[in-house]
Amino acid sequence: MAKNIIEKIWDSHVVYQEAGKPDLLYIDLHLIHEVTSPQAFEGLRLAGRKVRRPDLCFATMDHNVPTKNLPTINDPIAKKQIMTLAENAKEFGIQLADMGHPDQGIVHVIGPELGLTQPGKTIVCGDSHTSTHGAFGALSFGIGTSEVEHVLSTQTLWQTKPPTMEIRVNGKLGIGVAAKDIILAIIAKWGIGVGTGHIVEYTGEAIRGLSMEERMTICNMSIEAGAKAGLISPDQTTVDFLRGRRFAPNDEKFEEAANYWLSLASDADCSYDVVLEINADEIEPIVTWGTNPSMGTGVSQTVPTSADYTSESDKAALQKALAYMGLQEGQPISSIDIQHVFIGSCTNSRLSDLRTAATIVEGKKVAPGVKGIVVPGSWSTKKAAEEEGLHQIFLNAGFEWRESGCSACLGMNEDIIPSGERCASTSNRNFEGRQGAGARTHLVSPAMAAAAAIHGHFVDVRNFVKQEAEPLGVKVNGTY
Amino acid sequence: MEPINIVNSIITPLNRKNVDTDQIISKEFLKRIERTGFGQYLFHHWRFDEQGNEIPDFVLNKPEYRGSEILVAEDNFGCGSSREHAPWAILDYGFRVVIAPSFADIFHNNCFKNGILPIKLTEAECDEILTQGLQSPLKVEVNLENQTVTSEDGKVYNFNIDPYYKQMLLNGWDEISLTFQYEDHIKAYEDKRVAY
Repeated sequence: MAKNIIEKIWDSHVVYQEAGKPDLLYIDLHLIHEVTSPQAFEGLRLAGRKVRRPDLCFATMDHNVPTKNLPTINDPIAKKQIMTLAENAKEFGIQLADMGHPDQGIVHVIGPELGLTQPGKTIVCGDSHTSTHGAFGALSFGIGTSEVEHVLSTQTLWQTKPPTMEIRVNGKLGIGVAAKDIILAIIAKWGIGVGTGHIVEYTGEAIRGLSMEERMTICNMSIEAGAKAGLISPDQTTVDFLRGRRFAPNDEKFEEAANYWLSLASDADCSYDVVLEINADEIEPIVTWGTNPSMGTGVSQTVPTSADYTSESDKAALQKALAYMGLQEGQPISSIDIQHVFIGSCTNSRLSDLRTAATIVEGKKVAPGVKGIVVPGSWSTKKAAEEEGLHQIFLNAGFEWRESGCSACLGMNEDIIPSGERCASTSNRNFEGRQGAGARTHLVSPAMAAAAAIHGHFVDVRNFVKQEAEPLGVKVNGTY
Repeated sequence: MEPINIVNSIITPLNRKNVDTDQIISKEFLKRIERTGFGQYLFHHWRFDEQGNEIPDFVLNKPEYRGSEILVAEDNFGCGSSREHAPWAILDYGFRVVIAPSFADIFHNNCFKNGILPIKLTEAECDEILTQGLQSPLKVEVNLENQTVTSEDGKVYNFNIDPYYKQMLLNGWDEISLTFQYEDHIKAYEDKRVAY
């Protein structure tokens, strides 16, 4: 019987199955960070339990780590949480990319970079953006701390097989339109609950043409569409990315692994419980104007008005969002002034994101009154960017060039947007207070964030993209 | 985990949709390394102003809803971050039941691990309960064994729940201990597992 990739991976990981129970699934890779793990390790200690497979775990610190003046951590509670992870990793024999370690970085950036993330694996982490790893054709999803403890103890999870959803992105993307715009357009079109209870596979010509880093951006925000996980079937792009990575199979085993990975791709005649389609050519660069990721629109558009909604509840949600965001109904997106730009996060902090943003800002200056920070997703990304001289481009333009970490995506560390101020952010959530109490977040692609930094307000980045930009990584021919 | 079956309480009507876990427990409170003590921070930025004073209009601060053990909200409750600190805060504050038309997956899962009963009723049913609860305090009885919510005027709402999770909540089982009974299956799987 023809199967999609979700069914293939699920079926091959069932340890135990019984009617009336969820399936017991084996977990191939458990990624761990400092915020959602301390209570799980404490639970193990209290019950006198061990970590069953420390060799299938990998830990790092990212949420709390400062991105400047390392190694000083000013916040004593953050410091304690970070040190607790280091102690737990040591006690239970788990490999750790500690602060200052060359492998340290945002957990969803380093997993792929190190080759830990591979097609066909089941991957979990106490973090909702674990969906990122689905870009490789892995079944990866976020879990709570109780489940972290369960995986540490048993290397398994009880899971009810969710229905599957195909989101097909037809045709070719326009010039200057990014992977970020695809996923923001999907969420804007169908809402933040569209994927709830489902696992999504992204398919179609536009997806097939994306690089691995772009695919990660799409899968990363699957959770913002409510989906349990989001995957893309592996292909030659996936295989090429993994070749030579430290934790990927070595030479003689690699071809065998690659053949297995490619065999996981959804069968041509497979089916899904739900199928949605969107045309790439109808997607323009998106800016969110509200307080959840579905509240977004094209940069050439205006903030919605009450007349755009039918239900009283939606009208009320609009008013509440606009009051928080300090925006007016019908206001043009391009008229929104910003005071901060954040280029970073597990959504958009990889080398190609930095290259794209650098292309836009090269030889220009950040607008007066705007503070911009660039936070590479990992030490390794930072090093690679510096070897290309990207840091100098950002510094010359007036950005700050920081150490790696989650930074201003979630305001848990020192990188906080002040109340009432506005940030063009390449991150994934624009919830109230996400970047700091009272902070106003607008989600955009790296190119859009960079362009907003230069102008002090949102502008259509498609007007910026020039042929000469191509060597630095911006795709200008629109064919991907 | 505390077993749960019957909960008798007035409801707390939180008439908002898409309540995300950043609102339930804000990031500045995630640095603790304990599971307890999060109730005081529940809905912090909706409950308190910048000086730390209670915002009287917010439903949790209204005297008539104090001591409630049942939270009722609108669609897509618990969306966003996977932080289990959200159900920990809800439980620690005193809620044992959350009723909504739909829940985000990770939050929904996290509830079962902590002895919180998440109940899905239809949008119309939730609206009805919310409307009544906002007009004047409404007492309901939740019965997990029978899968019912009965309001004080005698109206009965039935709900579905996965039988596995129902048993887990009724018995307060520790899931890890249960899974240890499948050790032979896990070992057998590991023996034949293909890994690169």
